This record gives sequence, structure tokens and C-alpha cells, in this order.
Amino acid sequence: MSAARQPIRIAGGQGFWGDWLEAPYRQATGGPIDYLMMDYLAEVTMSILQKQKSRDPALGYAKDFVPLMERLLPELARRRFKVTANAGGVNPRACAQAVAEGARRAGLAGKVKIGVVTGDDLLDRLDALIARGHTLANLDTGEPVTAVRDRILSANAYLGAWPVVDALRQGADIVITGRVTDTGLTLGPMIHEFGWAADAWDRLAAGTVAGHTIECGAQCSGGNCLVEWDRIPDLANVGYPIVEANADGTFAITKHPGTGGRITVAGVSEQLVYEMGDPKAYITPDCVADFTTIQLAQAGKDRVRFSGIRGRPATDKLKVSLAYFYGYKAVGTLVYAWPDAYRKAQAADRVLRRRLADLGLKFEAILTEFVGVDATHGPLALAAGAGDEAPEVQLRVGVRSTDKAAVERFTRELAPLILNGPPSVTGFAGGRPKPEEIVAYWPALIDKKEVQPCVELVAV
Amino acid sequence: MRRAGRRVKPRGRRVQLVTLAHARSGDKGDTANVGLIALRPKDYPLLVKQVTAARVARHFKGMIRGPVERYELPNRHALNFLLHGALDGGGTISLKTDAQGKVFSTALLRMEIEVRR
Repeated sequence: MSAARQPIRIAGGQGFWGDWLEAPYRQATGGPIDYLMMDYLAEVTMSILQKQKSRDPALGYAKDFVPLMERLLPELARRRFKVTANAGGVNPRACAQAVAEGARRAGLAGKVKIGVVTGDDLLDRLDALIARGHTLANLDTGEPVTAVRDRILSANAYLGAWPVVDALRQGADIVITGRVTDTGLTLGPMIHEFGWAADAWDRLAAGTVAGHTIECGAQCSGGNCLVEWDRIPDLANVGYPIVEANADGTFAITKHPGTGGRITVAGVSEQLVYEMGDPKAYITPDCVADFTTIQLAQAGKDRVRFSGIRGRPATDKLKVSLAYFYGYKAVGTLVYAWPDAYRKAQAADRVLRRRLADLGLKFEAILTEFVGVDATHGPLALAAGAGDEAPEVQLRVGVRSTDKAAVERFTRELAPLILNGPPSVTGFAGGRPKPEEIVAYWPALIDKKEVQPCVELVAV
Repeated sequence: MRRAGRRVKPRGRRVQLVTLAHARSGDKGDTANVGLIALRPKDYPLLVKQVTAARVARHFKGMIRGPVERYELPNRHALNFLLHGALDGGGTISLKTDAQGKVFSTALLRMEIEVRR
């Protein structure tokens, strides 16, 4: 590749499904970008989408991605940036069809190409894989997946950047994927633009670090940042991050001019350690990145430069995220007022627990927290005197059980405390808590050769 | 509620980590991670020396059920702690307000370490 090539600009538009809807539009219109990257999939999102798909085979993707794209499409057509997003969930083809319809409605028939990445969904092949000796053992507990086989709702391998690259090479303007890693959505465009080789481990690691930095949206540009948090300017207008990437693997994180927030070495460092395991071995399908090699420098206002990043060869495994039905839970709250707010809430908790025991209800767990006292910092807050003279304390009690009836009965035991428990209690306007189904996450590994990513183009 | 502190020969003064470091925390299953970053690079060796895995495990006694692992990022003047069994099962299973371990960060910053007078 030519050394004179301009850096490419990859903008982070969504840090999770539910992130600020204005962000992608502002990224597309606030200044030049080459790519807009949007991450939708958290660990348990796939199971929610799988449930939706089982009720309606045309669903199973992040539905609000479609109106978002309809808003963006005229800008995309005019400014010619590309989009990478794992909004396809467990039904990327249906997601692509819905976006294609939106594009046709916007008069863009024949003007944009949508690439679809599939091959991550292992649910239909699960029994065959197990029969061939794949244990899909839980990475945390070591238990084989057969322990929960009859309760599994979804099973998806994490694909990396390469299928995204394939879609871009085929001319896709919008790449919609299933379970592609957050980092792959940023690394893919870099590989495509710079022609990086599959064994250019340092560069692949650099692109992975760039992806990690922007995958949580504004969390690297002033959001949720502790350093001088009360002096971070104009969070109402916060600028989401943009990677300015070079072919040699160096890059800078910046944001559009005129936006709020702050990009500093300290703030970016907070994002680097977010959800970090062993910093020397950040394992993705594409490489193993070494976060202890990252050098940062403030390169101007709201601009941090990254260099020195080293990587090692990818492993021969892919991570698989399975979701399975676990049981039921419910959480209820009441608020107690001064005087003795904390003691009243504690007394109410004792009464509640006694009644649950007298009813013979069986729970796997009952958890009591006193919001305003110990809900966030536990005994550390109590040791610092948190309960003394609190003007108000929220009693928050949660239960978990495989017995739905027990959880339902629990939800009826809070309201009576208002009239038949300790005094000065309020805050029940929301009504009885609702029992919720728990769909739990089961992380596992599988041999890479068992998973074949598939890329196709959808005509608009 | 204050526990009687052990008598330690006073060599320096004790300060809370919140004056020396910042932090961010998150989750992976039932494990919370806390990245602890020195506000000034010159204080990083203090963190390495005093904020040990064992010390952090004692700090979070009663809040976590598993062991504590520590990793060093000297390039970022940062330590990364993995607090296992911190999240009541984690993710969707957890009944905790902080099911995703978001505020273990500032809970760690309550810890006191010793600095020269």
C-alpha cells in the first residue's frame, strides 16, 4: 500500500443496543468519516433475539437499526461512507432485507449494496457437534454443555474481522452481521483499506485495540470518566469517538469539532482497562493483542495518539456464546424515611424474610440491599458510617428460583409491609414487581475449523 | 461500626487511593474487573508495592466469594484486578443493583495506602 495514503476515519456510533440514537447521525453529519461502526450485541442479547425469532421468523435482529438506517441512508448516499454493524443478531438476512426495503423507499434502489455475514449460528448444529465430541465446556466452571442442553436457546460463535473484509471487498456499503466481535467491526475496514496480511499480527492487534477503544461509544470520549468528571465539557452534546487509522498500525482517537466531551490519555486509559482480563493476552478471532505494549500520547486537544502495539498469532479456537434458560427472578423495593430510616428498612427486611420462610417458599437466593447505604459499596460503605442519620433508605430485595410460583408469591409480600410493617414507608407507586425469566450466558470454545463464515450481497 | 485498627508503626501518612488513582470496572460473567490507574505516573510504584492482590482481597472481604488476580500494565501506570465471584452469578442471574460490577471501581478507591510524609 502507498505510504502516502490518507488515514481512514472510522466513527463509533453505538456502544450497545440502546445507546444514544442521535450519536450515529451526528457522527455521519458532523464532519468527514469513511466508516460508521455500530456495536449492538452484548452477551445475552442473542438469546433475546432468538426468542423473538422463534415467535416470528422474520425477526431476531435489532429492530431499531432499521429506522436508524433509514435516517442515515440519504447521508450515506451523499457522503459515501460505509457502515459496519452487528445489528443482524440471529437473523442478519432479515435485517438486511428490512434495511434494503428502507433504502428502496428512500429512492436508493441500485445505489447501495448491503453485505450480510452469517455462519456464526451453531444452534441447529449443536447436537451434531456434541455427538462428535465437542464438549463446549463452560469457560468459567468447566461443566460440559450437556448439563444444560435441553434448556439452550441460542449458540453463536464469535466471528472476527475477516468476513467483514470479504463483504467490503465484494463492494458492500453496509455490512450487517450476526455475532461478529465488537473489535472486528473496526478492524475489518482497516484490513480492507490497507491490505493488511492475515499474519500481520502487530497491525491486526493495533486495529483490535482501536476497536476496543471505540466499541463502548462515548466511554472513551468523556462519558463515565472519573478524572475531573465535573469539568468535562458539554456532555449533553458529547462527541462519540473517531479512529484515524494509518496503514502502519498507528492511529489516533479523536472526535468531531464543536462536540462536547473530552479525549485525554487518562480517559482513554480508563476505557483500555474496561472489561480487561490478562492485558498481555486480549484474545480475538483475529489475533492476540498485548495491551502492555500500547503507548499513548496527547497529540492536541481531544486527540490521543496510539503507537507501539504488538500482537501474536490468533489461536485455533473461537469463543462461543450460548444462552440457556436458568429460572426466574423478581426484585422489589420500598422506601423508608427519617428518623431511623436504615433501622426501619432493616426491620422490614427481617419481617419479609420471616414471612417468606413461614410460607415455606424455596429460593436459590434472596438478596437484600439498602439503597442509600450499602447497595454499591457494601460493607465498605457501612464501615465509613453510611447508615447513620440517612434521610431515606430504599429497601431492595431480590429473589431467584427455578420455582416460578415461589417468585410470584414473593412479589405479593412487599406491598403489605406498607400497612403492617415498620413505619414511614412509601415508594410503591410502581405496583407489584414482575417475575422475570432468567436467560443465562454460557461461554465456551470451539475449533475454528468447525465454523465457516458466509458472506452474501443483498440487492437493493 | 468502625473496627479497631491494628497498631502499625507510623512511617508515613495514610491516604485513600482516590487521591492517587482513578479506576474503571466492568464484568465478565461472575467476575468483576477493576482497572486502577495512577493519576501521576510517579505514584505507580506505590500502587504496585501496596495494592497487592492479597490486600485487595482483604479490602473486598464479604463482597466477593472467589480469589483476586492482579495484572500489571506499566505502560499505562495501571493495575488490573480480577475479582472472582463478585457479582452474585453475574449478568442476568445476578440480583445485585451493580450486577455488571460498574462501581467496584470507586469501591477500590476507598482503600488506604501509606505514603511518605
